[in-house]
Amino acid sequence: MFRHLAAVALIAFPSVVLAEAVENKGLEIAREADSRGEGFGDLEASMRMVLISKRGETSERELRVKTLEGKGDEGDKGLTIFDTPADVRGTALLTWSYKSKDDDQWLYLPALRRVKTIASKNQSGSFMGSEFAFEDMRSQEVEKYTYKFLKEEPCGELTCFVSERYPTDKYSGYTRQITWLDTKEYRVQKVEYYDRKESLLKTLTMTDYQLYKDKFWRPGKMHMVNHQTGKATELYWTNYKFDAGLKESDFTQNSLMRAR
Amino acid sequence: MKNISRAIVTAVALSSAVANAWDFRGEVAGEGRYFTDGPGYTDYWHNGSAYAKGELYHEWNDRNDIFTFIPYARVDENDSERTHADIRELSWIHVASQWESRVGIRKVFWGVTEGRHLVDIINQTDLVDQVDGEEKLGQPMINVSTVQDWGILDVYLLPGFRERTFPGEDGRPRLPVNIDVDNALYESSAEDTRVDAAIRLQMFFGNAQVALSHFSGTSRDPLLLPNVQDLTPPERLALLQTGQLPAGFDATLTPYYNVIDQSGMELQYLLDGWLLKLEAISRSGQGDRYTALDGGFEYTQVALFGSDIDLGYIVEYMWEDRDALLASPFEHDWLFGTRLTFNDVASTDLLLGLIWDSETEEKAVSLETSRRFGDQIKVSLEGRFYTDTGKPPTTEQVFGAALTSQAPDRPLSVYSADDMIQLELVYYF
Repeated sequence: MFRHLAAVALIAFPSVVLAEAVENKGLEIAREADSRGEGFGDLEASMRMVLISKRGETSERELRVKTLEGKGDEGDKGLTIFDTPADVRGTALLTWSYKSKDDDQWLYLPALRRVKTIASKNQSGSFMGSEFAFEDMRSQEVEKYTYKFLKEEPCGELTCFVSERYPTDKYSGYTRQITWLDTKEYRVQKVEYYDRKESLLKTLTMTDYQLYKDKFWRPGKMHMVNHQTGKATELYWTNYKFDAGLKESDFTQNSLMRAR
Repeated sequence: MKNISRAIVTAVALSSAVANAWDFRGEVAGEGRYFTDGPGYTDYWHNGSAYAKGELYHEWNDRNDIFTFIPYARVDENDSERTHADIRELSWIHVASQWESRVGIRKVFWGVTEGRHLVDIINQTDLVDQVDGEEKLGQPMINVSTVQDWGILDVYLLPGFRERTFPGEDGRPRLPVNIDVDNALYESSAEDTRVDAAIRLQMFFGNAQVALSHFSGTSRDPLLLPNVQDLTPPERLALLQTGQLPAGFDATLTPYYNVIDQSGMELQYLLDGWLLKLEAISRSGQGDRYTALDGGFEYTQVALFGSDIDLGYIVEYMWEDRDALLASPFEHDWLFGTRLTFNDVASTDLLLGLIWDSETEEKAVSLETSRRFGDQIKVSLEGRFYTDTGKPPTTEQVFGAALTSQAPDRPLSVYSADDMIQLELVYYF
């Protein structure tokens, strides 16, 4: 009996240390990935979104994004402009993200010439009817998750760090995500999303990475499949343009109203 | 041939994209209305209409100069007033480092609530076009705007006034009495050439947004004066005693545009996913000074029951202390609204709104649903119904009430003959 207790104690004690270690390693990987993306300044890109129904029918949307890197404690600022389908043409979304609080978001509706505030707790909602939620599309600040390193394993021709991360936002649609980052360049290769009931909801794979400015890797294709509905969304990124000359004044409500 | 012209278009587009860009887009739409309560004040049950809207856009100087031209025209089967054209926008925006100027004909929206747009005052309402008042006429303006650390400041000079459009004699929905739009009266001797001015300051404090505004100029909404002066004293007496107007009398309401001063406030506070909203105005110059409010909240429940559907709620209370004779129909009314967004490929949504007057029990119900077909067509189906509003008043009743300065018991009753269903198809190109 005593021997058993001693054995349990011996096992339990190192596991506490181990838990801290895996948390630290998970966080370190996330920080390293984040720091490798730092210093990009500003960026423009075009995106084609292909929505794929369960039966394989497709529908396309086109949009453009502009991003300005945040300085210090500020998060990034982003402007998303919708080009197609034609009835939403000219609609634009302005996001001010923060590291330690909810993002501010405003939507411009061109027909009404109206800027509407988006209640940002709604981050788990679908982005334009796609399998991407708003929270999947926003800038992935390190502080928005806690981490746990799981293992290293091969992923295609590369080796990946496999970690779990837990959203700190209690309104997130997920309990956890499992991420695969390659050990060479710390690029996200795959993410699995688990819903509030702990079942696997979606898998994201990111491919066709290209290097820009000798430093920044950006994916050419993102594929999100929803395992529960059978629907999928593909994002094709083109026209990446770094140092586009964007300024703070390009991310105000005034510039939102003339975004195009 | 088609390929060649396409190649030329592409080549032109590519070359112009480098130095400057011209862009043309547009939409055409057909609309059918069916009036479920019968002919009402007219002699028809249904009506067809179509509109076209273009947009010519040009930007240069690294997008610091922008030119926009938006012409608009509508034809209507029955209402010659609704057959109309307008320049919605013809403007030049210039962006400098600390400010931007917007000169020309434009549309500006102020406000945060959904029930009433109390604060919104720059543009005149194109009421003949859409009964919901969301459609606006282009307003000539010089607007200078600056974004600073303390907020966004806009100053407007508004040369020239646009009269409100009203449905004509054969239009629907319309008031029981014809509006004499050709003989509108003005308080200002400058009439529609008076130069009005407005200012608005928006500020952001954490989760709160505040906007303060002031408008000084000709009121966008006119008083409607019955032409009782055209009745002889015996005819007036007869109207009061027998409820009859003389045979052949052309009863009309004449729009009268006062010069007003209106201060406005918009408040919005984001609290854990709840968007709390308030709009308030204080207006002088049109009867006694009065206050009007619209306040409430908006909340969206995303991924309803684990589906892709988002369900949004709006609850607002509208109130004003205006003299009963001049009061709007929404003087002590609740708005309950829900929106279902299906987040499907066709962007289907469904909107249900109920306005309930808690004192008179009058109710206005609206139902709107829309979806896309393919990439360029959008179809929407809309219904508007009035209940518990009592019988629609006759011209004689409206004139009798005006003579005795009687406020209507049920202000929505004037619309109650025009319950309708509307189907609209818009093609975007």
